Amino acid sequence: MRSSDTNSLADKTGIVQFIAPDGSATGPSFDVSFGIDASHLERILNSFLSNEDLVPYSFYIQNEEIRGTIAATLSSKPEISPETTIKIDYHPQSQYVVRPVSRCQGSLTGHQESVLGVAFSPDGTGLASCSGDKTLRLWDLTTQTPFKTCEGHKNWVLCLSWSPDGQKIVTGDLNGCIFVWNPANGQSICKQLKLHSKWITSLCWEPLHLNVESERFASGSKDCSVRIWNCRTGSCEQTFTAHTKGITCIKWGGEGLLYSASQDTSVKVWNVSTGVLVYSLDGHGHWVNTMALSTEYALRVGSFSFESPCRIDPSYRDQLKQKSLENYKRVSLGREERLVSGSDDFTLFLWIPKNGNKPIARMVGHQQLVNMVCFSPNQQFIASASFDRSIRIWNGLTGAFICVLRGHVSCVYQICWSPDSRLLLSGSKDSTLKLWDISKHQLRLNLPGHADEVFSVDWSPDGSKVASGSKDRTVKIWHH
Amino acid sequence: MPQGDYIKEHIKEHGHRLDYFERIRKKEAREPHKKSQIVKRTRGIKAKLLNKQNFVEKVQQRKKVAALCQKKIDKKTEQPLVHGSVPPYLLDRQAASSAKVLSNTIKEKRKEKAGKWEVPLPKVRPVADDEIFRVIYTGKRKKKQWKRMVTKVTFVGDGFTRKPPKYERFIRPMGLRFKKAHVTHPELKTTFCLDIIGVKKNPQSSLYSSLGVITKGTIIEVNVSDLGLVTNTGKVVWGKYAQVTNNPENDGCINAVLLV
Repeated sequence: MRSSDTNSLADKTGIVQFIAPDGSATGPSFDVSFGIDASHLERILNSFLSNEDLVPYSFYIQNEEIRGTIAATLSSKPEISPETTIKIDYHPQSQYVVRPVSRCQGSLTGHQESVLGVAFSPDGTGLASCSGDKTLRLWDLTTQTPFKTCEGHKNWVLCLSWSPDGQKIVTGDLNGCIFVWNPANGQSICKQLKLHSKWITSLCWEPLHLNVESERFASGSKDCSVRIWNCRTGSCEQTFTAHTKGITCIKWGGEGLLYSASQDTSVKVWNVSTGVLVYSLDGHGHWVNTMALSTEYALRVGSFSFESPCRIDPSYRDQLKQKSLENYKRVSLGREERLVSGSDDFTLFLWIPKNGNKPIARMVGHQQLVNMVCFSPNQQFIASASFDRSIRIWNGLTGAFICVLRGHVSCVYQICWSPDSRLLLSGSKDSTLKLWDISKHQLRLNLPGHADEVFSVDWSPDGSKVASGSKDRTVKIWHH
Repeated sequence: MPQGDYIKEHIKEHGHRLDYFERIRKKEAREPHKKSQIVKRTRGIKAKLLNKQNFVEKVQQRKKVAALCQKKIDKKTEQPLVHGSVPPYLLDRQAASSAKVLSNTIKEKRKEKAGKWEVPLPKVRPVADDEIFRVIYTGKRKKKQWKRMVTKVTFVGDGFTRKPPKYERFIRPMGLRFKKAHVTHPELKTTFCLDIIGVKKNPQSSLYSSLGVITKGTIIEVNVSDLGLVTNTGKVVWGKYAQVTNNPENDGCINAVLLV
């Protein structure tokens, strides 16, 4: 029955209109045979937009991806009548394809205790890892040897963050002390910043396009307060204390809003310049563990771009600011900033903080607490990792469920996207990393090798390598 | 020895001698010199005892001095390396997991005492003695019947050496000795060919367990170091139990299901 439907549809023609990601129409509506497929649509769209290079796109009719011919997609959606103008949403894909990492190229040893966090610099040339042995270690990626060991902390170094211009690294530890380091020589830039009374759970820098000097960052701690520090003066500029329980996650948005998620089940939105609490996003029933912003990737890499990598010397501040602003605008695609929060009550909420404190969507499906959520770099997908050993993929715009990825045998701890948003990497308690193909909704590669739980993973922003830090005290670098 | 307190009364009434404090001070000042003279002059067993006494005193002095010095150092700066570091998302969840581990260990101990294990094949068909053992007739006139040959698959360890053939009661033929088993992980649904470490229990009889006879339903221990399994505390697991699910003597291979 279905095949005859498709066949009959494939011979028919109909009117089709392209809709851009921000909702506006692109080009005129045109007559087309339903037997054509996605590659033809791509060529037509490229000619409408007059792109010099052929940009790959993915097409959706009412959130159903067009994989084969238009007729096949339409036949699975019988409610759409082929007589009316069919709206096809398109989403640009990255032109450059990131090659999937398949082998462990090197194992960096040196830490005396389990590695708690790894992070690449915004341009992918440097790697830093923090560990329970109270040190931050910088690694030389060309020779895969230790470069510098930064000592100064007196207890486990829990979290680390590179500044968006790549000139500073900030680390927080179990005592509540914060240090800012210079990655070029491993020296600390300012004295230890100690005002928090309990451990630091999260650190976040101010975006590069808001402040080119990149000297302000925010820290969230278990002592229920969020502090904004200036590393040039070495002082705490602002303190936000409205939460009643410890902060679990902090994000600095691209529009000057600061988001803080806490164990008191709320997410609070602060206006940094005025210091006022704008909204309190309530809705979760238990601790809010994690948050992700739709523009997070652009804010992290600052002026670096995976598509057109070029190193701008950090002293040229205007160029930096311009490039990072360009990046931000390109990634945000004209939409408002979205925030997704994952919680211990097994659900996720999707918010648009600018519009109000009512959630857009509640994403249900996980059977255990959600440990990490992550927007894909092109904002198309949201991935959520949970202690129920599965990863779920949701639509980045509406929050609709797309698919579930199973394969891990134990809790999934951390996930990270490849810069072209086609591959997803997950690290788990069962000591393996798994590489997932998003277009096919399948496991692509299994990457065993660690001897113990994998605590953190990071994909280099230039797409070439992946670093993973584990409880077995090693940092492994994976290559294609 | 004064047998009353008349000395004290006199001191109360008239005070001390005029040079009393001077004399006390000088006597005390002479003490170290006197002591050193004694230590220099004594010989033999007396010297040994004296030296022992002095050493003990010296140690006490040193400890006191060190303790007084320590108070000056800021205690907060020195903290030893605490093991078991976890990332921030696991910090508040540790208490629950350690409690779980405790309750799990207690449950395991109770189960072991009761002797009941949760296995995929709880009941197996009882196999009679004459099916497992075949009588071997020996002796000049082939009339003696005390030898038996095992007709089922067996596992003998690496360092197995037969008893002298004249005194061997149970013969385990080499053709029926197996070292590897095909073990299926019940959740992953994948099968691995793993080495057998030993036969834990044969449900038919303890005699078969001790001989190493493997029939359907036997619990064997397999070497899972290839799978890379790790315990909560970080130790690598290299042996796990599996239950045999087929009749190995009919199939020529041992298929088992891992007991997770």
